[in-house]
Amino acid sequence: MAKAKTTKKPSNPKTPDPIEFTKEQELAAYRDMLMIRRFEEKAGQLYGMGFIGGFCHLYIGQEAVVTGMQAALIEGDQMITAYRDHGHMLACDMDPKGIMAELTGRQGGYSRGKGGSMHMFSKEKNFYGGHGIVGAQVSLGTGLAFNNRYTENGNVCCTYFGDGASNQGQVYESFNMAKLWDLPVIYIIENNRYAMGTSVQRSSALTDFSRRGCSFNIPGIEVDGMDVRAVQAAGELAAEWCRSGKGPIILDMQTYRYRGHSMSDPAKYRSKDEVQKMRAENDPIERVKQRVEQNKWASEDELKAIDKEIRAIVADAAEFAQNDPEPDSSELYTDILLPVEA
Amino acid sequence: MAIEILMPALSPTMEEGTLAKWLVKEGDDVAAGDVIAEIETDKATMEVEAVDEGKVGKLAVAEGTKGVKVNAVIAVLVEDGESTDDVSAPQSVAVAEPEEPKPEPIAVAASAPIPATIAISNDPDIPSGTEMVSTTVREALRDAMAEEMRSDDRVFVMGEEVAEYQGAYKITQGLLDEFGAKRVIDTPITEHGFAGIGVGAAMAGLRPIIEFMTFNFAMQAIDQIVNSAAKTLYMSGGQMGAPMVFRGPNGAAARVGAQHSQCYAAWYGHIPGLKVVAPYGAADAKGLLKAAIRDPNPVVFLENEIMYGQSFDVPKMDNFILPIGKARIHKEGSDITLVTFGIGMKYAIEASQALSEMGIDAEIIDLRTIRPMDMETVVASVKKTNRCVTIEEGFPQSGIGAEIGIQIMQEAFDYLDAPVIRVTGKDVPMPYAANLEKLALPNVEDVVQAVRAVTYK
Repeated sequence: MAKAKTTKKPSNPKTPDPIEFTKEQELAAYRDMLMIRRFEEKAGQLYGMGFIGGFCHLYIGQEAVVTGMQAALIEGDQMITAYRDHGHMLACDMDPKGIMAELTGRQGGYSRGKGGSMHMFSKEKNFYGGHGIVGAQVSLGTGLAFNNRYTENGNVCCTYFGDGASNQGQVYESFNMAKLWDLPVIYIIENNRYAMGTSVQRSSALTDFSRRGCSFNIPGIEVDGMDVRAVQAAGELAAEWCRSGKGPIILDMQTYRYRGHSMSDPAKYRSKDEVQKMRAENDPIERVKQRVEQNKWASEDELKAIDKEIRAIVADAAEFAQNDPEPDSSELYTDILLPVEA
Repeated sequence: MAIEILMPALSPTMEEGTLAKWLVKEGDDVAAGDVIAEIETDKATMEVEAVDEGKVGKLAVAEGTKGVKVNAVIAVLVEDGESTDDVSAPQSVAVAEPEEPKPEPIAVAASAPIPATIAISNDPDIPSGTEMVSTTVREALRDAMAEEMRSDDRVFVMGEEVAEYQGAYKITQGLLDEFGAKRVIDTPITEHGFAGIGVGAAMAGLRPIIEFMTFNFAMQAIDQIVNSAAKTLYMSGGQMGAPMVFRGPNGAAARVGAQHSQCYAAWYGHIPGLKVVAPYGAADAKGLLKAAIRDPNPVVFLENEIMYGQSFDVPKMDNFILPIGKARIHKEGSDITLVTFGIGMKYAIEASQALSEMGIDAEIIDLRTIRPMDMETVVASVKKTNRCVTIEEGFPQSGIGAEIGIQIMQEAFDYLDAPVIRVTGKDVPMPYAANLEKLALPNVEDVVQAVRAVTYK
């Protein structure tokens, strides 16, 4: 993989215009984002009822990011993220029952109850977790992209992290090697403005995260992460960038989480007005709904029917997750080491 | 006045080298900084520069001489006006003579030679009659990687200076030539990052060998080893793990001070989801590294810089694989069980010879694997000898010896005729000064004294 690196600065692509969605695309995005929101609302309820333990980080408000990105990918592309991962798993088409049952620590969960909210995986769906250590997934995702380059499988790895993780050292170690070897990795920074309780202004010397790859010649573009069409356009540009052999690219997704960092966060570091304003003016799901209504692509009743259908799926998942048995106590000692083949 | 030029020490662990080539001849004028000779160590060829100016009066060691001890006189410079005829040539350096170098010997030279033979011919994993080839630990490790890379395209090696430089300690020598830059990959100095990239590649199905220049630097990467590599299989309910090897020199080298001299056996031995291997001789290094590369789990493979240049018999076999998790009884004995691993074997073997002269017959167990630890072999031995001393270079608290001691207490308490005693590195950061470093490490006398204490002799 050794090769002479050019010192010529690559041209930084411009933020593409949002895609003009068809009726089908708008309705699919509406449905996918609503699924994440309703699922997360239910998870919040179950946490309050004591069915979900430990830490639980909800994705409400950020739905457009993962939904738009996923629409830009092809079969075999991988995804990896940190612990705010429920939306990512739903976007990967993982079964809501299996996800919710993992949240409640039951045997039907994706990790048979041994991972929990923060540590969940699906080999089948190319979802590589679900990681609890802030920033660690960035090196791991770069390693997944290393595999793509090594095996020449034509796939890209979507590596998600937040504005908080963006200040971890290993992120930049990974950037350096990703560009040095031109690995096909899209670094998606979900900039929701707060690293737990610390705003980007208080934590980051450079708050324009699209420029965080400058030292490594990695281009970056800022994206309206509350507009699913803008996200998909950026995702398609980035995937093409990687697949054509140009190496990594950074997408700085401007987004917002409505809930606290985790369920136990009272969110005193920001005003209720700030949250309300964002919900009222920029909600990713409302923006799709408005366009659908303006274009008369679905009636109020039809949209309600979609919501009803989703609520039923989520209710089923919650029902399953509350009644599924806990893992057998023998599971304590399984999956620690694989047996060595003779 | 004549100036003596001495054989230089070119690495912390160098004891002797080959004077490969003279670039000057007797009667030549040299200035400070001129390259006058080439010296070969087991790792590299290095140039020797003149420190002073003068005329070469005498070349005391012939070109091509092997085994020239560090600090031996290799040439003499004379000043202007001095005749080379006036110089009485120093005694030529007799290579085989165990004569101590003139200045106070440095710690490396002062340490006892390491026993270079291990009785492995009776190893159940090696058919009797197998031809043995004398091989250094360095070559054995390289051969293991090369063989596995030949048979499995998914295996690659990544680390600092592993490719074009041929390895900081020359373990990966020749691999770049054979396998190319795609599979032998130089990284930037960025342990945390490349360890994580290795784990990600393993999760995707490749078989990385991650070389740390030393395990001291792996501290930068320990989160990825523990939190990502070791735990993913469990956290994913068995869906995916990290089949890979983290390898490199562990423990004290010589005179490199506190930040470069620490044993991490206990650290990694603590973690479920890891296997931890620490071989002593070359055959174990080869057979166990091959097993580690094939293992579907993450394996931490702890080597020792001082052992790299030591030669041992290695069986000539097409597919020489040793089982991870099995200790070897290196020497049978009836009076005391010595349990150790890695370079600790050096102290155990030498102590057993001294003990033998005192009429104490020691059984030596080489753990070879730290995790999973073969306590079955240890307990069976203790039930026979009724006494046990553990030996390791690591710190005492929460160390390998502490673990062995408590397990013996649980499994064989009624068989013990004396408490289990640990011989360990002292409970201090490794000092630099040669005398203090010697005090900080365990030594043969420590082992002998410990054995005498528990045998009441």
